[in-house]
Formats: sequence, structure tokens, C-alpha cells
Amino acid sequence: MTDVEETATPFRILPKLTDNNRDFWTGGARDELRFWRCQDCGYYIHPPQPLCPIDHSKHLKTEAVSGRATLASFSVNHQPWMPGPELPYIVAIVEIIEQPSVRLTTNLVNCPIDEAHIDMELRVTFEHHPDPDGDIYIPLFEPGE
Amino acid sequence: MDENDIIERRACISGVGQSAIGRRLFRDPLELTLDGCLAAIEHAGLTTDDIDGISTYPGPMGTPAGFSGAGAYDVMDALRLQCGWYASGLETSGQLGSVVNACLAVASGLATHVLCFRSVYEGSAQGEKGGRAAVMPGGGGGGGGGFKASGFMQWNLPFSAPSAAIWIAMFAQRHFYEYGTTREQLAWIALNARRNAELNPNAIYRDPMSMDDYMAARMISSPFCLYDCDIPCDGATAVIVSRRDAAKDLRNPPLRVEAVGVRIDGRPSWDQFDDLSTMANRGAGKQLWERTEYKPADVQMAQLYDGFSWITMSWLEALGLCGIGESGPFIEGGERIKRDGVLPVNTHGGQLSAGRLHGYGFLHEGATQMWGQGGDRQIPTPPEVGIVAAGGGNTCGALLLVRE
Ligand SMILES: [Zn+2]
Repeated sequence: MTDVEETATPFRILPKLTDNNRDFWTGGARDELRFWRCQDCGYYIHPPQPLCPIDHSKHLKTEAVSGRATLASFSVNHQPWMPGPELPYIVAIVEIIEQPSVRLTTNLVNCPIDEAHIDMELRVTFEHHPDPDGDIYIPLFEPGE
Repeated sequence: MDENDIIERRACISGVGQSAIGRRLFRDPLELTLDGCLAAIEHAGLTTDDIDGISTYPGPMGTPAGFSGAGAYDVMDALRLQCGWYASGLETSGQLGSVVNACLAVASGLATHVLCFRSVYEGSAQGEKGGRAAVMPGGGGGGGGGFKASGFMQWNLPFSAPSAAIWIAMFAQRHFYEYGTTREQLAWIALNARRNAELNPNAIYRDPMSMDDYMAARMISSPFCLYDCDIPCDGATAVIVSRRDAAKDLRNPPLRVEAVGVRIDGRPSWDQFDDLSTMANRGAGKQLWERTEYKPADVQMAQLYDGFSWITMSWLEALGLCGIGESGPFIEGGERIKRDGVLPVNTHGGQLSAGRLHGYGFLHEGATQMWGQGGDRQIPTPPEVGIVAAGGGNTCGALLLVRE
């Protein structure tokens, strides 16, 4: 995994950290993409919720996944809705390979726009945002296995 | 299913009304709301004394700016309505969920004539503050100002994906991928809307639009260009839902609510929904046809939400008006869906050209056409069976109407 170059870090609205989402948004400090996982049935749970939707177990922990994903869909965004990455940028929905029902809306980066295609293989890369409330590592995805 | 169980059939649409509609009216949104409500009450042949129920979507909301012009209490108090039943809310089966709720209320005897309304002033609200970006948290104001995303928005704001334009674009892109749908096909939703709007004096944009105009428009979020996105506007739409046995002698022939579709059969989410080539409307469509003997082939008119153009295509498929994945070829060339085609669609111009009245505009138009009151844009033979559907993503609902 590679870091996005610090000098190119765009403005981002950052998430408000809670006990439920902290591992997801800070796992990138250790290059880890982490999700809550049911310790009884193995189901990955996203977005976070207090029990497993399959067996209602509350025996949950966050675990790192491989960071590999496939591109389920994307849109090349040209509209300046808000301060953010340089236009145009690619918004993507990716499915993690461990459990494709877990999707993330994210950005596809380090990929020429005309080379983006559904079902392409991706890997996570983290964008570091120092913040007084706790540094945030935003999980973005780039082409790769 | 026993016919007696399909209680929405005890309800009908008895009147519709609208306020002034404009891109930016800079009028008191409650005044616009009341104008629309009084117009609908009058149109039904009723007075405020007859109204004993009220239903609206989404209820009072401060943000996004202009999204809600009035709540149920505002209208109830301003018109001194005495209500046996009232409700509002965002978490329902699309904007028309509030109409379905009204049908169930009159069917159960809690009310006889329910005033339903949807009021927006997004045009003025965004115009004052500098465009749609102004309604996005942290947008338009230069920097985030310390704003942090929480709840649902934390999963898209950090990725600069604040708009349903982007979310729906990704559904459309998936549909393009799975079924070979093209922008040349998608364009016909916008082109059809515009040629219909040319005949609608209340539409926002009425100048002719060509395929070349469409293809030359700037991209918003691929595959959507500017003309695939609806137009924020100001205006209020109201409809009266009456118990059928109390509507027989009113001004307009009752439009029986033959069946509704409100089911959601996947996760109630935009990006976690299992099949990104369809939306919650697939469940609503299936449920609607399980509740009636009518078939999709009986439908003579479809007024289908077009907050973004592809949503109309999605509704065509979800409601069985064409095959799954076949909406592209179905609309291509615009012959089938034109005003005098086999299935007229969005005869007022949709939200793409007539303004983002947010769901209720389709019901207003459907009823107007079924009553033969469409003026220059009237479908040559007023439809006896029509379908109206609104919403996208995880919030979708539909009504099958039959003129008595
Ligand atoms: Zn479990």
C-alpha cells in the first residue's frame, strides 16, 4: 500500500469519531482497513451497529481485512458540490473481497479516468488528515491486487 | 389476497391543486403551501370544514434549505382544520408514502377527506446563498468550518459525495454496465420531458431541446449531464384523498386507488442495497401488482419520478412496464413514451423541465390527465388507468389509479 502524497492532500470533511467508528477511520495509521465482525458467525458488519444482523450476537470486535476490493460502480464527478479533490474526481462504490455485501462509498484514485471500469480489482490506500480530535485516515482505493 | 384486504381501494383522489410555481419566487413558503392546499380543496368541491385529516412529506425540516415549506401543524392551524388523523414524516415509501398513509387513514375511518401536500422553496433558498453547494454541510461557505460528519453522512461527505446526483449516477452506471444502456437512450427521458413542458404553461423550462443540446451540456456526475438533473424551484402541490363512498357526488369522478406499492425488500440504504442496477422501487413494483387484477399492459399513462433521469427508467422496469434491463431500448427514440404514444410518460415535463415539486407533481399531473383537464398537453384520450410513482434509492412508492 502506498500513501497519497501529503502535499496533494485535498480538503475533506472529516468524520466525527465515536467508539463505533474510530477503528474504521483511524486503522489506516497501521495500514489497516478495519470493520466490526461478529465473533460468533464471522459476519462483517457495516455501517457499525450494536449487534450482528444475522444472529443478533453482541460478541463483536473490529478486525482488519486485506484491503482488496472490486469496483461495483462509479461516477466521474465534475460538479463542485463542496471543497474537495481537484475536478473531475471519481466517486466509487467498492465491495470488499472478504464479504462483497460490505460496500464502501469512496474515491477511486491513482487511476486515469478513462481506465476506470466496473469489476476492476482495487486495493485500499489511506489519506492522512491530522486533526486535533484525532488523526483521520480516509480509506481510498486504487487499481491493484 | 381477499379483495376486502386491499383497503386502499376504499380511497380515491378527489381533487388536486398547486400554488404559483417558479424557479425563484421569494414568497413566504407557508403562503405558497396554503395557496396549493386551498386550490386542491376547491378543486375537489370541498371546503375547509370538510377536511378532517392531513398528511405531508417530509414534515418540518430546517435543512436542506428550502426542502420543506410547511409542516402539518402549520397548515392545520392556519386553516383551523379539525383533524381526526394527521401525520408527516420522512421515513416512508417516498414522497407518495404520505398519500398512501392518507389512503389507509380514510379506509380505516379515521378521516373522510385528507389534505395531502408537498411544499418546496429550494429555488429561492439556494438562490439566496449561491447554488446547490450552499445546502451541503460545509459547502459554499469556504472550508468545513470545523464541521464533522456523523451518522449517515459520514459515509459519503469525506469522499466529496454529498449529492444524490452522484449516488444515483452510480446506480445508472451499473445499469449501463449490466444492460448496455447508453446516454443516447437516457437522453430521451430529458427530451421527452422538455417537449411536454413546451405545452405546460406552468413548467419552468419550455424552450425546445435537441439531442445535440443534450449531448453538449456539461457533465455533472457521469453518466448524468446537467439535463439529467431536476430543477430546484418554489411551489406547493396538494391532493385530496377521500373515502370513495364520500366522494361520489363531488366535482371530479373519483380516481380509485386500485393498489399501492410500498415494499422495500433489500437493505434500506443507498450504497448497501444488494443490486445496484435497481432500487427499492423493485419491491414496491412487485407489491403493487400483487394487490390487483390489473396488469402492466392495462396502464395507459405513467407519471414516473425523474429527480434524475435514470430514475424514470428504473421505475419503468420496477413496475413491469418494460422488461428488466430493457428500459433503454424501450425509451430510445422517444416514440413509445411521447404524449400520444403507447405509454405517455411525464406529460407535464417532469421535474427535469417542470420543476422539482418533489413527487407530488407526478400525482397532480396524473390526476389532471385522467380527468381530461390537461389543456394543450392533454393526452388525446384521457387515461382510465394510470400509474404514478415517486422516489428513488431507498425511498420509493407507487399508486395505481382507476377513474370511476
Ligand atoms: Zn453473527
